[in-house]
Amino acid sequence: MSTTTKTPTTPQTRTPSKASRLLGDRRLPVLVTAALFLAMYIGGLSRYVNYGFGDSQVFLNLFIDNSYLLVAAVGATFVIMSGGIDLSVGSVIGFTTMLTAWLVQDVGLPLLVVIPISLGVGAFGGFLMGYVIHNFEIQPFIVTLAGLFLFRGLCLVISKESIAITDSAVSSLAETRVSLGVGDLSIGAVVALLVLAAAFYLLHYTRFGRRIYAIGGNEQSALLMGLPLGGTKIAVYTMSGFCSALAGLLFMLYIQSGDPLHAVGMELDAIAAVVIGGTLLTGGSGYVVGTLFGVLVLGLIKSIIQFEGTLSSWWTKIATGVLLCAFILIQRVMTTRKET
Amino acid sequence: MTTTSRWRALTRHNLFWPIVVLVALLLVNVPFTPDFFAIRMTDGHLYGSLVSIVLFGSPLILVAVGMTLVIATGGIDLSVGAVVAITGALTCSYISDQSDQDALAGVLLAMGVGLIAAVVCGLWNGFLVARMGIQPIIATLIIMVAGRGVAQLITDGQIITINSEPYKLIGGGYWLTLPFSIFVVAAVVAVTVALTRRTALGLLVESVGGNAEASRLVGIRSRRIKIMVYVFCALCAGIAGLMISSNTSAADGNNAGLWIELDAILAVVIGGTSLLGGRFSIGGTVVGALVIQTLTTTIYTIGVPTQTNLVFKAAVVIVVCLLQSPKFRAKVFGARAKTAAPAAPAAVAEPADSAPKMEVS
Repeated sequence: MSTTTKTPTTPQTRTPSKASRLLGDRRLPVLVTAALFLAMYIGGLSRYVNYGFGDSQVFLNLFIDNSYLLVAAVGATFVIMSGGIDLSVGSVIGFTTMLTAWLVQDVGLPLLVVIPISLGVGAFGGFLMGYVIHNFEIQPFIVTLAGLFLFRGLCLVISKESIAITDSAVSSLAETRVSLGVGDLSIGAVVALLVLAAAFYLLHYTRFGRRIYAIGGNEQSALLMGLPLGGTKIAVYTMSGFCSALAGLLFMLYIQSGDPLHAVGMELDAIAAVVIGGTLLTGGSGYVVGTLFGVLVLGLIKSIIQFEGTLSSWWTKIATGVLLCAFILIQRVMTTRKET
Repeated sequence: MTTTSRWRALTRHNLFWPIVVLVALLLVNVPFTPDFFAIRMTDGHLYGSLVSIVLFGSPLILVAVGMTLVIATGGIDLSVGAVVAITGALTCSYISDQSDQDALAGVLLAMGVGLIAAVVCGLWNGFLVARMGIQPIIATLIIMVAGRGVAQLITDGQIITINSEPYKLIGGGYWLTLPFSIFVVAAVVAVTVALTRRTALGLLVESVGGNAEASRLVGIRSRRIKIMVYVFCALCAGIAGLMISSNTSAADGNNAGLWIELDAILAVVIGGTSLLGGRFSIGGTVVGALVIQTLTTTIYTIGVPTQTNLVFKAAVVIVVCLLQSPKFRAKVFGARAKTAAPAAPAAVAEPADSAPKMEVS
């Protein structure tokens, strides 16, 4: 089918083409998620407009409250796009909050020194996992599972109590707001959007991005084509580790404390966001913009539940699960269509 | 000659290394707790470290046995922890609703309801994996995410405590001087071994794991087998859920069975079952689960802060996986065998046995 050409040059997919062609379009999952987000937002508006749901700040808060998830999910997108999986995300986030809190609070290092250390540790952890996955051909699932245990354990080695951060540099950074006219964004949200933009550029406009798609599509052919399989894979896991550490820093800014139980299970949120964003879990297909919408949808569920008031937090989990299920089934239907 | 060949056959037995690790771990305890192996009789109950390792390891063994069959078909089940929580929550909420919590019929009914919920979860996982053809990691992720929400919904976000004597038996009670849960585990393991090794079922599961399409073509109903193993796995998780909630006399939708899926997968891997599917060892899994429980107990008794538990577990995962990786063995031990460079004395024992095995396969 010629629909597999993915040049992002045709902006109009709704030209009077056949329905099958639309269904075969790789952008459809992203569009579905975006439409779902819009529908949910309008639904929220119609229900809680009197309670200030229509406030532009409520919308911007989606970015502020989910900045760390967005960064983590962008890292996970790269890994999943390459056909792997990273279960260590939540632990690395938790570890980073713990490490930074410890270094800033107990050791007394300035924040400017601590940030590169944390990012470096996260990236190095990712690099190690990627190295083991590639060189010893162990399934990513199990290696990153070991990473999950390791980093969560290291959190507890630093301290089993949470460390509150009272450093003035951290609190002033956390309270800094960037005004957009209609509302403001936190530093974390700005960083997250920058990461998203960088990921978009990397994935769609560089050779590295092409390689990730190629490896995720079919590792064997990518290897036969002469693509540097090992380097790319290791780079992908390194990036995921880096993104997780960055997400950990943003989370630390957001919460202003380090806790060994921070972000438990966040890898699942990240994976869920990627899947809801339309990235194929088998790898090789998807858009990082979809991940943004995935994160926004998850965030919107949370804020709608907050506005609802009577609903309890566990509905978030159930709603996430139901959405995840729906999107997995959609993906499945679409991939079978493509095969035929 | 015969002794060496017998030794070689012994070391190649798939239970050899897991048991060596288990025994080594048990022995590590002796210098720290000299009466580690002592078992004493108090009030007609047997007490001792060994008994408590099996007692506290029971839920893990159950979950891991179910997981073994799923992994043998080339799948994985991440939802077991959530199933543990759902079963416990449902059963406890039913029991707490009863006017007489000690009524045996009511307790059995509540347990039945809990186990049915577990089976439904298994059917759903199996349906997604076998019928819809979704990757097992992802298919079971749905219940992993949503299941805890459901469990909290059942318990209304709180920890339901119950006070039911008959229900207490399954996870914390004693029978014939031993913890009752040991008998439950023994029964489940015996039934599983009988079904998979005394009938053709085990062979069918392995063939589906080896190549689902090929086994379908030779006439094995591979989809039905897959659904079956997910249901079985969920049922095992359900029983484990009963055990955990019974032991604590409480249902905690949020924390019951937290991370048990990872421990179970680890147990299966330590037991020598390949994550790629196609071959499994129930005995290995039981030993693997005991290794994990012993590790936890050992860390506790040695006096290492319990929080470092996870770091040790990570180290075990990494070492076991590296040893299982043919590429790693070829790189490390193969190269050493060729150059005959002086090796670290501690590591010599392993290459001698694993390197030739690798060349054969």
